[in-house]
Amino acid sequence: MKMKLGTMAVAGLMAASPVMADLVFPSLSYRTGPYAAGGIPFADGYADYFTLLNERDGGIGGIETRVLECETGYNTEKGVECYESTKGEGSLIYQPLSTGITYQLIPKTTADGIPMHTMGYGRTSAANGEVFSHTFNYPANYWNGASGAINYLMSQGDIAGKKIALVYHNSAYGKEPIRTLEELSEKHGFELMLVAVDHPGQEQKSQWLQIRRERPDNVIMYGWGVMNQVAVQEAANIRYPMENFIGIWWSGSENDVLPAGDAANGYKALTFHGVGSDFPVFDDIQKYVVDAGKAAGSGDQIGTVLYNRGLYAAMLAAEAAKTAQEIHGTADITPAMMRDGMEALEITEAKMTELGLPGFGPEFNVSCQNHGGPGLVGMTQWDASAGTWSLVSDFSASDMEVIQPLIDEDSAAYANESGIEASCN
Amino acid sequence: MLYREAGDFSTTYPQDSQTFPIKFDRYRYYVVLAVAVLVLPFVMTDYLVNSIFLPFLIYAIAAIGLNILTGYCGQVSLGTGGFMAVGAYACYKLMTAFPDVNIFFHVILAGGITALVGTAFGLPSLRIKGFYLAVATLAAQFFLVWLFNKVSWFYNYSASGQINAPERSVFGIEVTGPNTEAWATYLFCLVFTVGAAIIARNLTRGSVGRQWMAIRDMDIAAEIIGVNPLKAKLTAFAVSSFFVGISGALFFAVYLGAVEVGEVFGITKSFLVLFMIIIGGLGSIFGAFAGAAFLVVLPVLLKLVGVDLLGWPTDIVAHFQLVIVGGLIIVFLILEPHGLAQLWRVAKEKLRLWPFPH
Repeated sequence: MKMKLGTMAVAGLMAASPVMADLVFPSLSYRTGPYAAGGIPFADGYADYFTLLNERDGGIGGIETRVLECETGYNTEKGVECYESTKGEGSLIYQPLSTGITYQLIPKTTADGIPMHTMGYGRTSAANGEVFSHTFNYPANYWNGASGAINYLMSQGDIAGKKIALVYHNSAYGKEPIRTLEELSEKHGFELMLVAVDHPGQEQKSQWLQIRRERPDNVIMYGWGVMNQVAVQEAANIRYPMENFIGIWWSGSENDVLPAGDAANGYKALTFHGVGSDFPVFDDIQKYVVDAGKAAGSGDQIGTVLYNRGLYAAMLAAEAAKTAQEIHGTADITPAMMRDGMEALEITEAKMTELGLPGFGPEFNVSCQNHGGPGLVGMTQWDASAGTWSLVSDFSASDMEVIQPLIDEDSAAYANESGIEASCN
Repeated sequence: MLYREAGDFSTTYPQDSQTFPIKFDRYRYYVVLAVAVLVLPFVMTDYLVNSIFLPFLIYAIAAIGLNILTGYCGQVSLGTGGFMAVGAYACYKLMTAFPDVNIFFHVILAGGITALVGTAFGLPSLRIKGFYLAVATLAAQFFLVWLFNKVSWFYNYSASGQINAPERSVFGIEVTGPNTEAWATYLFCLVFTVGAAIIARNLTRGSVGRQWMAIRDMDIAAEIIGVNPLKAKLTAFAVSSFFVGISGALFFAVYLGAVEVGEVFGITKSFLVLFMIIIGGLGSIFGAFAGAAFLVVLPVLLKLVGVDLLGWPTDIVAHFQLVIVGGLIIVFLILEPHGLAQLWRVAKEKLRLWPFPH
């Protein structure tokens, strides 16, 4: 029985592999499971941008792109299966949109020589390119987010002696900012209160009761999926002032605030890219993708926060591929060339304007030492009556004085644990 | 014709009491083993090993472990995920604390530590039975996951709470970490799976196994005929947890490489292994293999057919997977409540009489 099923699997795989003559961008998406509400718009945005490139420009550098979608359900075992089944097809770059799967793939992608981009998630210390040669997390990471939130609060008034609560998803993802916030609380003299929420976060009564009792001046949330909506609803239930409630960028989409209705008005969330569909590129998407009937999914997510993030991720990947083509003088790039392209990536305002995304994200460039970009973070606020997010602060720098030593420390621990010698080749 | 004793004479007692008393069956077993050891490693690819064979072998060990407790001794447990987590974290702590000791011994030791933990959580089984015991083991599941999340000593104080398997090798060949060869990890797990199956099979045939089954069938009657329930139940918990711990250690160290306890060893894992032994067949070692194969291979197969051959959207296929697997479970439970192992037994009986059934 074992043998028969094994051969059938092989036969299925061989029948499925087409000829390799395109640039393959695997999309380890999750359109099912408890985190689907976040996974669907991201996957749609990612796929639509590559469809746009194919339809409008004939691909990247004259070679068509192909998005290879594989459903992970945010599950690490399925993520591994997806990685193994897609890596043989010439996959150029992995973006798993899950911190758990990222941890799994960091050693695997490094061993296989395929770059991975974890934009705003994953292992923060991967910003140290000397240790994490194939992992990139530009333009901003969790620790930039934590520092960005504190900086924003400081710009609103003195925070010394105040109490700030962190409501976090009790997983690798949610625990990431704790150390940064602890350092920051020492530096700026605020009191940090930690409130953990277990997966999937549907039940948060006791956590919000605690917040109601201890009355923190601000609440910062690191949540994902259904946890966000529940938290916003619970905050509304205890009448916590929404303008004092700040979510990380994964807790700041329409899905998270709409269920609470008007009560969510004024809720804030961090971001590292623009919001809304008021950019020229959306006209092209309408023309070449939606009107042509080629939109991914049901096509109803265009312009939402997470769709834009998927679009941004695809744009950065496409630009890195272009850079790689220029460096190596060939259009048909390999994953190794793609890695070089990512490491030499430069995003300027002129480039973004040319792509129809003026002012969509910060300007930055990547280097071998710094895979994390500049870590510029902006703040958005939800307007419940208009039903839109809007930027309320510019993209501004986070406190690298605190973050950089933490990155160095954690990446050194990883290098030590897995026997990597830090170097830039 | 097949599976017949005719012409197969036992002249000694050991011959008569061996695992496969029928010659044909015995040779089939040797052939399967030979294919697994001598042929499969040469055709193993990264994809095959990581999406089918490693999960199959590792889940089979977990299913054997749970089958000893639930299928043979009749103690329902929902703590499998938690005990696998004990194995994984024990293996991680051992691997990082004693890097010079061979990973093989770490895995065995991880099983031993889990056996101790399992025995401790098995103590209530002397007082509570049936559904109430299931709830008590459920508490173990949640407690253990909470513990590994809460106490940072278990994950060496890393910022994220994840544990990562460092590179370790056996006979100079790497079996954990990213640079492993497909055949090496396959063979490493195969050794444990075959070993677990042989030990479990012989335990269940011997006096210990008979005591377990007596407790399962009627504990009061068993006590009257002289079975010590304390010893029988606690040995079942210990042996079961030992295997489950080994599977957890392999799951973390060889298969996944990085683990986050809440996500990987959550309550869903407990249910998955329980489904495996229910579908495969309670109280059968073959059933543990069949159930593991069914629940590991079927989703992969459905995905290959749906996405790669038919080209359907991935989310539709994922939803269909749930529907089909769920439907098949119900069909199996109605048509053959004793699982795939019973189907196999019936098939063997039929083959014995074939082609003259009367």
